[in-house]
Amino acid sequence: MKRFAAFLLIATGPAIMAPPAAADDPRTAAVATLQRDFKPRGITTMNLLVEDGVQAICNRTDDKPPKDVAQRLEQDQLAGIRWPADGKLVGDWKSGERIAQNGRGMTWSDPAGAPGGGSCYNCHRIGPQETSFGTLGPSLFQFGKIRGNGADMQRYVYGKIYNAKAYSLCSQMPRFGHVGALSEQQIKDLVALLLDPGSPVNK
Amino acid sequence: MTRTLAFCAVAALVAAAPIPQAAGQSKPPAVERDTTTEEFEKFRVVLEADNPAELFELKGAELWKTPRGPKQTSLERCDLGLGPGAVKGAYVQLPRYFADTGKVMDAEQRIVHCMVTLQGFDAAALAKQPFSNETHTPDPVAITTFVAGQSRGMKIAPPQTHPRERETYAIGREIFFYRAGGYDFSCASCHGEDGKRIRTQQLPNFTRPDQAIRSYQGWPGYRMTGGVMHTLQWRLWDCFRQQRFPEPGYVSDSLTALLTYLAVNARGQVYKGPGIKR
Repeated sequence: MKRFAAFLLIATGPAIMAPPAAADDPRTAAVATLQRDFKPRGITTMNLLVEDGVQAICNRTDDKPPKDVAQRLEQDQLAGIRWPADGKLVGDWKSGERIAQNGRGMTWSDPAGAPGGGSCYNCHRIGPQETSFGTLGPSLFQFGKIRGNGADMQRYVYGKIYNAKAYSLCSQMPRFGHVGALSEQQIKDLVALLLDPGSPVNK
Repeated sequence: MTRTLAFCAVAALVAAAPIPQAAGQSKPPAVERDTTTEEFEKFRVVLEADNPAELFELKGAELWKTPRGPKQTSLERCDLGLGPGAVKGAYVQLPRYFADTGKVMDAEQRIVHCMVTLQGFDAAALAKQPFSNETHTPDPVAITTFVAGQSRGMKIAPPQTHPRERETYAIGREIFFYRAGGYDFSCASCHGEDGKRIRTQQLPNFTRPDQAIRSYQGWPGYRMTGGVMHTLQWRLWDCFRQQRFPEPGYVSDSLTALLTYLAVNARGQVYKGPGIKR
């Protein structure tokens, strides 16, 4: 019950306030230890070690938040998605394949301002030619062929890449658009990789 | 020399080996039959009989017994937890609590502590360039490799009797599961499930005792990528880089806590000594 009150506080508060905890609580000690031992380097800052609302809920519930809290926070995340002003969600699949292959971005060894990649193949099977793919995420091979490529599906795929947490709060997938790791055009190109009938993914 | 040459020849073979193509395009190859990993494992077994890590063990042994630093003393009075100078079996019983510092320390952290307190080396200078590159292997890396080699074939057995040891384990567990950063990753994002991989790299599930040994096994390791010797300090440092976190301090308490979590999870498993890594 006390824990649940903590979720609500975090979920509803405009600023993220960690609930007061005993000094011998290992969680509090762990966060303090990280804050003391880590240093900013390159493009990484100490703010990265501070949980946002989604991370805080997922960390406190072993990635299994209460349903009502999850739904409300998913809606918050969904509302934060910036949809393309021109209304077009599908870009160039060839560019999308390059972005999916590129695992750079957001580390302290990545240069500031350089466009990163989506690291997609790290976790997903996607195009049939690439046999070096990870299995942390589901296979996306033949994604458009199986699921279709209509307006709703385009919107879902764009939104999912922009902010996976808008659809599944404690998903392991990064929020690429939300944190600015991928640009609008890059996300459009990845949508094309998955949905364009001409993409090798759908052959 | 012949040894090095032979090693290079095998390394070249590995580099030249073609990446196998999946036969059936519509079905992803099963993880159990990951041919790339299987091929690498075959080469790794061949290499292990003639492991370059042994050269670093020898260098570390020299460094251990040579009077060095501003105080011109050897490390033979360094207490790794089993008494001054006792090296045999010390590595697999770390991290552990040390009364003289009042905290739990891991192997490399303790070695650096000895280099500073006994030999008079400057801690900040040692932390400045703590990792190996193609032309330089820092002394703590070689010494840690030597110390680790003295626990070859022994069971991982970090003590959990002192309250601080149990507290450090609990903190390490929290750090392992702590999701943060731009990508929302924790250690568990990659190492919390069975049978997963990144690209073709198999990911051990460190929350399982039978797989947690794979965090320790092979480290310190001679890494074929770049041909350099690395310890667990480097391994965790590079994990945090890929986790999109800021940079962890060298031999810091955060890393010791995490290593305590991993070592305790691997308790009872046999440590095979310094190894070879892809």
